[in-house]
Amino acid sequence: MGLKTAALKKSIWVFHVACSPCNNCDIEILDLLTPRFDVERFGITLVGSPRHADALLITGVCNRHVKPRLLETYRATSKPCVCFLFGTCAAGGSIFKGSYNVPDFVDEVIREEDPNAIIVYIPGCPPKPEAMIAGVVKALSVL
Amino acid sequence: MQVFYYLIFPGFTFAAIAGLLTAWLDRKVTARVQYRVGPPWYQNFADVMKLMGKEVLLPDNARKTGFLIAPIVALSAAILSATMIGLYNWNWNSGFVGDIIVFWYVLAIPSTMLILGSAASGNPLASVGSSREMKLLLGYEVPFIIVIAMVINLTKTISMGEIIQYQYAHGPILYSLSGVIGFIVALLCVQAKLGMVPFDAPEAETELGGGVFYNYSGAALGAFKLSKAVLLYTLPIFLISLFWGGVQIGNGIGILWVLLKYILIVVLITLIRNTNPRLRIDQAVRFFWGKVTVLAIIAFVLSVLGL
Repeated sequence: MGLKTAALKKSIWVFHVACSPCNNCDIEILDLLTPRFDVERFGITLVGSPRHADALLITGVCNRHVKPRLLETYRATSKPCVCFLFGTCAAGGSIFKGSYNVPDFVDEVIREEDPNAIIVYIPGCPPKPEAMIAGVVKALSVL
Repeated sequence: MQVFYYLIFPGFTFAAIAGLLTAWLDRKVTARVQYRVGPPWYQNFADVMKLMGKEVLLPDNARKTGFLIAPIVALSAAILSATMIGLYNWNWNSGFVGDIIVFWYVLAIPSTMLILGSAASGNPLASVGSSREMKLLLGYEVPFIIVIAMVINLTKTISMGEIIQYQYAHGPILYSLSGVIGFIVALLCVQAKLGMVPFDAPEAETELGGGVFYNYSGAALGAFKLSKAVLLYTLPIFLISLFWGGVQIGNGIGILWVLLKYILIVVLITLIRNTNPRLRIDQAVRFFWGKVTVLAIIAFVLSVLGL
């Protein structure tokens, strides 16, 4: 493991991509930054631009209007980067599966752009903050 | 020897390590203020190391040369300022006549490069940040130069080394009425120079998503972050040299005093940043050209009267 990978593991900057979510997962993500969980202990910070990000937190289903924007965001992220699919909607479509406005799943869209993308699924409606931290730890062990 | 000064001791290596540790102190104090635990001490080293290893994305509509040169020039200017201030404190006679004016110019280069680099990046958010950075620069330089003029007037010299020498002989400038007012004004200007919260409209993480840094990624962003960290080390040392007697090692115990003064100034900057909301750019410019400039002029008049 090189120095770069070691540094990357200690400093994950995340960009929050809201692909038409119901805001439930988004509120749980904000819990991670509060004093109770405080992910800044592990160097995880929210950034405002995809160009700074090492990880994309994707919530919600990928509908027709979101798809080009999601791809654009993924292209704008500097590699290497990890995609976290937060919540059942992003991970597997949830109740919107097979709906007329949801042609693709988020992971399929990202694989279309980059077949080797690192994708982490964190199901739950919404996933608990503990589950999110466990998912991040698993993703870091893959890097 | 010049290369050694620039790259190793008061320059790049030392200033980067000191600056990144100071940036950690800033983040840790912020975390404690918000009742969090905060990052470990090596956090900023990991951040910069990671950014150096990442891909640099070039936006299609960016002016590529200006976009990539700006962070390099900003970093080298920040290192140059750290080298100058370190050498003047190490050896009082190492400067030249008028070096405080050169130092003032060198301190303005990183902000100028932020303006140029973000304007070249071809992004609407970055160009809004760029115009705000320009207004902020025009705002805080007015009281800053008046305060420097006040120090020059008190010490009757325009050389950094002689200003420190004067304070060694006559006691620090801070311990006079004009010195206290001047120090407060200079501290506010330093806050704006560092882009810390009441004056962080150019970056505005929640509003512009990074503002001037919006289109920077990888090593270019890392260079900007490193130049900010080096400035976070340089500017408190500059305040100490200008007002608080400089870095006098003395018989060994002096290093503790310097460290105490340094940490006090950094924590003061951090507390100001944690207890204030962001000012709009017009409020910030009005603040600097109004109240702060008036305070600076009062300090200058008091120094002419000899108080």
